[in-house]
Amino acid sequence: MLQRKKHLQSIVVPHQKDTAQKPTEVLPTPDFVYLSMSQHIGVPCNLLVAVGDRVQVGQPIGDTEGFVSAPVHASVSGTVVGVEGVRSASGGEDQLVIIEADKEQTLWENIQRPQVKTREDFVKAIRSSGLVGLGGAAFPTHIKYAPSKPKDITTLIVNGAECEPFITSDHRLMLEEAENIIEGSLLVMKYLELKECFIGVEDNKPDAIEGLARLIREKGLSNIQIIPLRSRYPQGAERVMIYEITGKTLDAGVLPAEVGVILSNVASIAFVGQYFKDGIPLIKKRITVDGNAVTRPANVLCPLGTKISDVIGFCGGYKEKPDKILMGGPMMGRAVFTDQLPVIKNNNALLVFSGRQAWIQEETACINCGRCHRACPFKLLPVQLSTAVDKRDLEALARLKVMQCMECGSCSYVCPARKPLSFNNKLGKNIIKEAAAHGK
Amino acid sequence: MGNKAYDNLIVSSAPHLVSPVDTSRIMGAVLLALIPSLGVSTYVFGHRVLSLTLVCMAACVAFEYLFNVMTKRTQTISDLSAMVTGVLLAFNLPSNLSYLIAVIGCFVAIVIVKGLFGGLGQNVANPAITARIVLFLSFTTQMNTWPLPRALRAADAVTGPTPLGILKEGNGVLPSNLDMFSGVIGGSMGEVSAVALLLGGIFLIWRQVISPIIPVSFIATVAVLALAAGQDPIFHITAGGVMIGAFFMATDYATSPRLPLGKLIFGVGCGCFTMLIRVFGSYPEGVSFAILLMNIITPHIDNFCERRLLGGGEK
Repeated sequence: MLQRKKHLQSIVVPHQKDTAQKPTEVLPTPDFVYLSMSQHIGVPCNLLVAVGDRVQVGQPIGDTEGFVSAPVHASVSGTVVGVEGVRSASGGEDQLVIIEADKEQTLWENIQRPQVKTREDFVKAIRSSGLVGLGGAAFPTHIKYAPSKPKDITTLIVNGAECEPFITSDHRLMLEEAENIIEGSLLVMKYLELKECFIGVEDNKPDAIEGLARLIREKGLSNIQIIPLRSRYPQGAERVMIYEITGKTLDAGVLPAEVGVILSNVASIAFVGQYFKDGIPLIKKRITVDGNAVTRPANVLCPLGTKISDVIGFCGGYKEKPDKILMGGPMMGRAVFTDQLPVIKNNNALLVFSGRQAWIQEETACINCGRCHRACPFKLLPVQLSTAVDKRDLEALARLKVMQCMECGSCSYVCPARKPLSFNNKLGKNIIKEAAAHGK
Repeated sequence: MGNKAYDNLIVSSAPHLVSPVDTSRIMGAVLLALIPSLGVSTYVFGHRVLSLTLVCMAACVAFEYLFNVMTKRTQTISDLSAMVTGVLLAFNLPSNLSYLIAVIGCFVAIVIVKGLFGGLGQNVANPAITARIVLFLSFTTQMNTWPLPRALRAADAVTGPTPLGILKEGNGVLPSNLDMFSGVIGGSMGEVSAVALLLGGIFLIWRQVISPIIPVSFIATVAVLALAAGQDPIFHITAGGVMIGAFFMATDYATSPRLPLGKLIFGVGCGCFTMLIRVFGSYPEGVSFAILLMNIITPHIDNFCERRLLGGGEK
């Protein structure tokens, strides 16, 4: 096994993976689903259906020609009963297509296994599946799989690190859909003509590592290798994973393709494997439901567009009044203001916190302990960056390389003064982008 | 509570989880690490060590409280930093010092060196060190009257010179290295026992409160320069404030460099100045002056190291 001696700086975040041993439960079809037209980082989709239309499972209901976008498909069969403009979790405008489910779950008649012969067919098939990066970034996968210099890409890295506390959906997926992961990897390798594949998994999931390794042995695959990684945070970050597996460093904004690597989350790869078997586009998502305010923590396979409150309801409802709900993990997840928002493609956890777990602790004076700097995988100086942000000092922000920050939150996590360092870095990046947009 | 809808939840930026280590925990670890030294000192000099330490702690906390009230700042006594300053200052005093002088020292440390510069983390120099130097220069006689350790106390003599004083003046017998190491010597309350301070220092390094770079480079420099000056390096390491200075004062976050290279420069600098003062200066002891001097150039060391960090190979 490949083991690096040198590692990037990292931190230990205690894991609270209460749901790791709980098999995924399938959420019964909800009465209504609310499908967001903006489930990828590009421009939102245009509607392909109108109020009153009948839709079937897997039928495209939104698409756009915009660059980094992917289509959205109906996750239930039923009737479109409304189109609603809402404020999204990220604060922007979002359009929700509301479908009343008829609970029949009839498949769309045009669904068929993808017929793929060439690389172009493959990328096209991936696009029509609506797949985006399921690890959290929601970057459309078909763009990732169509690099500008395909000849230079040799390696597929499958990211199964799952370094966030609480989240176990990828862990369950690796146990329950190992076959799909291997098949998906082989498909990507075949059509993108890649030589090798590494599946990186944190060593706190020995059962997942063992299961995948056994499958690889049984199938006699020599070009796929499981890489056990240290259980450190942020092991699952793209740039960290690439360094730990290949030893290659890349700056922020540089695509992995430039160092000959394509990196996909294990859930995305498993979807590719599944999609080539049945042709059903991305309409459901495995998510971890946990936190001190939820009655029955669980892993749930739910249709996209299910309201957060419906998912919580399936998990026994709220144990106490929720104070904070996160889409994603506690380190990088997004706090939402209402539980009436729907589950989206890149959502891998719903964490419901109340009381102590939801508190925002008061900021105190920086004591210059240097912990933030020692925690940063890229050796940035978060406190100095904060000062530069306060002064809106563009020169200092550039010199201190604020754009290298990937907002993993390690600096904020370790700060004994509870300073929002990661958030300040985000502000710093915005200041730079703003200045660039104004041509300064 | 069931499947109810909720709005107006708390929205904040990630991460939504923080490490349990906060400022008061770090300061608490420092206080814990100072306990062995307090124990040995109490054994060597008697109960006045305890009462003087308590007076200093109480005075520092009280001054910090009052200062925050008068300047209408957020109350910060719960971060325990004032308590740490109190203990460190007490450890730098002779155990027979009058309480009044000690309280004046606390005022200098908390109000003048720390509060007026903006409070915790903003001070330019280490409060305990600076207060000690102010007292040393203002109350030279009192600050230089050292009580004899219990083991050496004769019927009529209750005070005597410190080992470094003996070395400087050249009259008297130097204590053995074992006495120096265990702490059965004259001196400031908290600096007598090298072994107790070493224990505390190792605890702090193990708890990752301090990095070993400053203490190791400080002590190594003292040893090397002692050898170069033709003197016993063990004596110089265990005498005076080197141990407490290296582990507890020079490692003060606010006034020492933050990057490893800077810490190395800082530690070596402290060691050099300490030995320069000890060998060539008119004072027997140089640790506090050395640390104060290095505190003043810390921002420049930081600037220098940051330029190197950001200019060179970045990961």
